[in-house]
Amino acid sequence: MAVSIKNLPDQELFYGHKACQGCGGAIVARLALKVLGERTCIVLPASCISSVTTIYPQMSFLVNSLTSSFPATGAVLSGMAAACKAQGLKDVTVLGFAGDGGTIDIGLQALSGAVERGDDFIYICYDNEAYMNTGVQRSGLTPYGAWTTTTPTNNNAVGEKKFKKNLFEIMMAHRIPYCATASVAYPNDLLNKLAKAKEIQGPKVLHVQAPCPTGWGHGPEKTVEIGKLAVRTGLWYLAEYENGQVTINTNPKEFKPVKDYFSKQKRFRHLTEEDFRIIEEHRDTEWKILRNYLGKDE
Amino acid sequence: MKPKVVREYKFPQTKEEMPFGPGSEAGVLIDVNSGWRTLMPIIDYGKCNKCLICWIFCPDGVISKENPQLEIDYDYCKGCGICAYECPKKAIAMVKEGEKVE
Repeated sequence: MAVSIKNLPDQELFYGHKACQGCGGAIVARLALKVLGERTCIVLPASCISSVTTIYPQMSFLVNSLTSSFPATGAVLSGMAAACKAQGLKDVTVLGFAGDGGTIDIGLQALSGAVERGDDFIYICYDNEAYMNTGVQRSGLTPYGAWTTTTPTNNNAVGEKKFKKNLFEIMMAHRIPYCATASVAYPNDLLNKLAKAKEIQGPKVLHVQAPCPTGWGHGPEKTVEIGKLAVRTGLWYLAEYENGQVTINTNPKEFKPVKDYFSKQKRFRHLTEEDFRIIEEHRDTEWKILRNYLGKDE
Repeated sequence: MKPKVVREYKFPQTKEEMPFGPGSEAGVLIDVNSGWRTLMPIIDYGKCNKCLICWIFCPDGVISKENPQLEIDYDYCKGCGICAYECPKKAIAMVKEGEKVE
């Protein structure tokens, strides 16, 4: 079922929140609820989205939402899916909405357990590449070279020294029914992946890159542009895994120079040519691995 | 269609009125976000072709597409400027808040 922007409902189910200007995560939450509709129950661990929506007595989600403890998103999702099954609710979507730290560092074992159990839920990881809610601390999804408060930059330190973990491949290793990566800058792709996930039975995981103006150091109006550049420079890819098959949605023959992406963000302004070389090398290796999956299936 | 959720909220005055547990009703909004804004988006309806790119990218969902013309809910617009930056027709201008708009 293809979703187009023109057919989406005008009804807002995520409104009046207190997220920063130009928040990428807020775009993901809003679009997700547009596709999934009113019959949705949301689980939020400690994250930007939970802290900007549930400021007493304000509740910005117009659907049921539950703020869980930080590591328990997957476990609570399992419980909600079981409750829906027990009550015979067939039209309810159970949605987990967690940030990158709550998914890849703190919530990974609960997510892994929930995927293993095979409960029927959708899990969205909106990836702003650090713990933005508490003031930009590094997470397992912070990219190489990025400045955060826990990976400072000065004469002796160059910022984050590790590359991003790959949630997409971790989920593929679980032989999950459906997982995908997406970006806020490509809404058609994101909406169609959400619509597809809604139809499939079992656990579904979406990893969505969501630029964060506050933490990344770009103007709030540039959120979408930065997201597009990440895909065009090859530092983020849009791919799907379904029935054991990998599909790459954007497979560019040539990438833009990574400098285009880095020069627009304050967190990368200390990077040198040597760092760009290391990053480009890593990017090419990652793409080789990804394209290998493609080759095997054909 | 914007949710009509803004309402007078009476904070509990006594212990008996306090809600039991940390639960609360969904969709309760008691104040507006317009104070966050320094720049205000103004749509030029002569140029707008209703491609809905601003509508899809708005993080706050303040643009309404229900009516023949797009409308912005200035109570909740934070003035991030994504709409004006992404508009292919450059039909949205960011005007400094408080300046006279014709």
